[in-house]
Amino acid sequence: MTALDLKNIQKSYGATKVIHGIDLKIEDGEFIVFVGPSGCGKSTLLRMIAGLENISGGDMFIGGERVNDIPPSQRGIAMVFQSYALYPHMTVYDNMAFGMKIAKAPKDEIDKRVHAAAEILQLTPYLGRLPKALSGGQRQRVAIGRAIVRNPKVFLFDEPLSNLDAALRVATRIEIAKLKSSMPETTMIYVTHDQVEAMTLADRIVVLSSGHIEQVGAPIDLYEKPANLFVARFIGSPAMNIQPARVERTGDNTLISLGGRKTTVPIPSPEPLSGTRCHFGVRPEDLRIADKDDFLFEGDVHFVERLGEVTNVYLHVKDVDDAIVVKLAGVQKYAKGDRLRITAAPEKMHLFSEEGRSFLHI
Amino acid sequence: MAISSTETGPSDGSPGLGAFFRNLVIALGIMAAGIVFAVLCAVAVFSALNTVLPDIKLVQAVLVMVLGVAACFGYFWGSNRLLDMIYPPRGHRVAENINAANGIRPWLFLGPAVIILGIYLVYPVVNSIVLSFYGPSGEHWVGGANYAWLAKDAAFRESMRNNLLWLVVVPAAATFFGLIAAALTDRISWGNVAKSLIFMPMAISFVGASVIWKFIYDYRAEGSEQIGILNAVVTFFGGEPQAWITLPFWNNFFLMVILIWIQTGFAMVILSAALRGIPEETIEAAVIDGASPFQIFYKIKVPQIWGTIAVVWTTITILVLKVFDIVLAMTNGQWGSQVLANYMFDWMFRGLDFGRASTIALVIMAMVTPIMIWNIREARKDMK
Repeated sequence: MTALDLKNIQKSYGATKVIHGIDLKIEDGEFIVFVGPSGCGKSTLLRMIAGLENISGGDMFIGGERVNDIPPSQRGIAMVFQSYALYPHMTVYDNMAFGMKIAKAPKDEIDKRVHAAAEILQLTPYLGRLPKALSGGQRQRVAIGRAIVRNPKVFLFDEPLSNLDAALRVATRIEIAKLKSSMPETTMIYVTHDQVEAMTLADRIVVLSSGHIEQVGAPIDLYEKPANLFVARFIGSPAMNIQPARVERTGDNTLISLGGRKTTVPIPSPEPLSGTRCHFGVRPEDLRIADKDDFLFEGDVHFVERLGEVTNVYLHVKDVDDAIVVKLAGVQKYAKGDRLRITAAPEKMHLFSEEGRSFLHI
Repeated sequence: MAISSTETGPSDGSPGLGAFFRNLVIALGIMAAGIVFAVLCAVAVFSALNTVLPDIKLVQAVLVMVLGVAACFGYFWGSNRLLDMIYPPRGHRVAENINAANGIRPWLFLGPAVIILGIYLVYPVVNSIVLSFYGPSGEHWVGGANYAWLAKDAAFRESMRNNLLWLVVVPAAATFFGLIAAALTDRISWGNVAKSLIFMPMAISFVGASVIWKFIYDYRAEGSEQIGILNAVVTFFGGEPQAWITLPFWNNFFLMVILIWIQTGFAMVILSAALRGIPEETIEAAVIDGASPFQIFYKIKVPQIWGTIAVVWTTITILVLKVFDIVLAMTNGQWGSQVLANYMFDWMFRGLDFGRASTIALVIMAMVTPIMIWNIREARKDMK
């Protein structure tokens, strides 16, 4: 069943449009991550689903019911805020029970649900404490507990990990993944700008940019088959190398000319693209040192980052503006000025039209 | 605080009482030298210029003002200079000298203010305590007679009762209305205009406000035209005009309204700032939890600004305990509206009894002090 259905959802502040008609269907039990750069509208979209922002146009359905004019508390959603938004004057117990108390639920029912949620999140020993006596990670768990107690159809997370330090972020990310697998029926929507969170948590990722959906898909699909240049650059770190090229011959395989050399890419292309300019893309981790004369780029090392597990080598290639980044396993001993020839497996290459659309999605 | 910092100065060779007294002597010495020098310079310049300048009072007054400010600057500059000469910030003991100088410098700069405040605040307290054991002229020891008189005095009891009434009603009402005004004006487009209007009475002196309200409560004989708005309204609806401020017991409340009118603005401004400091996300979380606007106000917002409400409340409470001008200007304590401060004033300047007036003053002080201490503590907690 469809948990959430967005039909041409729009948002504008006066004359400024920030969300330009979003169409999205989210199935029951899915873990959806909205990801995108700052200001892309991902938080606004989440707040519209929550009911904290008015919907300027389009229709929104939660569990089949149109919710455009339904107040947040009756939409069957619960939200976890970036700053936790715990009520500072209430104990952990009261924070979690507040919603049910407002709804005038029976006392023993409240007690049961709060204790059950506290049990899941290992908060039972802290139920009598005030938020200020908790650590950041514990506060975050209380915020999640408050959402669980509401027993929502849809969980909304607004960058819930960005206030935690790096180690705690990883631990809490795993907690959230476990929580999701313990509640397979519950739909979760999670907003983040961190692509690691997106890749590790999501069933499907929604990549947003300036109020549009760029691509929706499983994390590995987005990584392997980005629909356009924006997604190609956004997913993956360091970002994909993109170089201008020209389509020489179309067909089942495409022959392109790249920096004066000709390369065959096993991606089909339609006839009209013949002779047009295009973008050639290859991920830093897919590049390797060429051992034969057959290579993609030849360039001089001008910068090396050694991270231990990998080494990022930045190459200056003749007639190319941006440096080509090569991610090599282990510690590499290349130094500035070394001349390298690099290549990649043909199936790891990407082609995009001049407007930035992937050849696979034309 | 600063005492302990001089004592525990990290590189101070001999921390402890000896070092503290040495610093104290140095500080007092520099302070005395600085003050004497600054005053002498100012007087010298004044007399020198006075011989040249025309003998006009206005010119002299301006000159005194300029020289006074200059002498203050001179004191700070000169005392700082002296300190640097005693502990020069150079040479092989540079770190020790800088630390020692930093321990003394705050005392030099604070010293004059502390001394003057001490003279004007502490001395009257001590003298009031002493005077409360003496007779009307302050010359004859009477022991506890003033206190015995106070315990039996009917007017004092009336003042106490009225003061307690004021104490209960005014802070509660002013804080309550201030909170309501703050919450409402934050949500409307013309909120700032409304706030300015509500705040404006704060700018009026208590006596000025009393004059305004005297007109509101004004009474003219029945049949003639009522110029007081309250009686005008009452007669418009067919009621009988009243001399409001002469109605025993109730007149207290009519006087309280004036102070509430003045203090609501104060409460509103402070509470409005506190309300704006509440994190927006806690309110959004409450919206999602299904709380109504009213529930959000008293279950989420008010508890979060409870500390500020308490400070506003106690600040007004202290003000109320000292209420004087309004009662003096409106009724002068007649018709059962006497309050402690006005009663003290009566005995001091009408009864000419220093002993009894001082005794009443001490009662007021005893009531204000605990609230004051609590208020300062609470305000400090809020600042953290």
